Amino acid sequence: MKGKILKRAFIDTLPVLSGYMVLGIGFGIVLERNGYGVMWAFLMSLLIYAGSMQYAGIELLAGAASLPAVALTTLMVNARHLFYGISMIDKYKGAGAKKPYMIFALTDETYSLVCYTKYETEKERHFYSFWVSLFDQCYWVTGSVLGSVIGSALPFDTAGIEFSMTALFVTVFVEQWISTKNHISAVCGLLASVVCLAIFGKDSFLIPSMIAILVILTLIRKKVACDE
Amino acid sequence: MNNAYALSAILVMAAVTALLRFFPFLVMGNKKTPAYVEYLGKVLPYAVMAMLVVYCLREIDFTHMPFGLCEFVSVLLVIGVHVWKRNTLLSIVIGTICYMVLIRIV
Repeated sequence: MKGKILKRAFIDTLPVLSGYMVLGIGFGIVLERNGYGVMWAFLMSLLIYAGSMQYAGIELLAGAASLPAVALTTLMVNARHLFYGISMIDKYKGAGAKKPYMIFALTDETYSLVCYTKYETEKERHFYSFWVSLFDQCYWVTGSVLGSVIGSALPFDTAGIEFSMTALFVTVFVEQWISTKNHISAVCGLLASVVCLAIFGKDSFLIPSMIAILVILTLIRKKVACDE
Repeated sequence: MNNAYALSAILVMAAVTALLRFFPFLVMGNKKTPAYVEYLGKVLPYAVMAMLVVYCLREIDFTHMPFGLCEFVSVLLVIGVHVWKRNTLLSIVIGTICYMVLIRIV
């Protein structure tokens, strides 16, 4: 049984493998160009483990940003993780010793794989989620170390392969869409994000979007509850 | 380059990120999850996934050629293939290849 779940976890994370390798290698290359070698890449991917934040982190390090500024930027860029936590509270209940790591390693991509239930029992679900989390971080650390070491010596042009990450999110979105009759939440998330992107611009629309989503979902709570 | 500064900046980033990830779990603890949070846990994933897709596409420039054509065609292809076959890996591989080809010819 465990072998079967492990295999499923590995196959499910293959898209993340390709995405994290490319994004991780990219991160390693840029970090190395800024004067921080392989140990730094390893350390950041091991301890921070948040893709877009690590890219932003390079800018902060290069600009010698003050520590409060570093903290505030991290807060803004990663605020969406609060969302993931809220929606996983019930699903990660009773995960025991694995739970702290599962929470620590809850990235966008890991979340997209563990947020909808694939297994009946809690035990199977936690086992699956734990291994998805661990596989994903291994890919990310490997990618960033690789990028730092081989640098720009890559023999082929990989431009565009980072689209695999977008494609992963789109498939999860479609999968969720098909699996439920109630599309209010999905439509609300889409509209709120697009409107906020148009108003606030690409660098600062995430937090307004999250607030808008929370407000709308709270307001329509009764309606959604009635539909179910 | 100052190693002590870099190390402390990295530790700050790591601490804040971890705090954000642990916060909901620490606040809710082992208490019975309130109905409102349970509701959010149920509906948020749909909204968040939509937000993440928009986030991934945020760099598209609608004022210049090719107006995000590569992205939109590839996303539509991913949706189409996924509705048709329901195979995540297949949808992603086809969509990504399409995107990589398009950005080289458009």
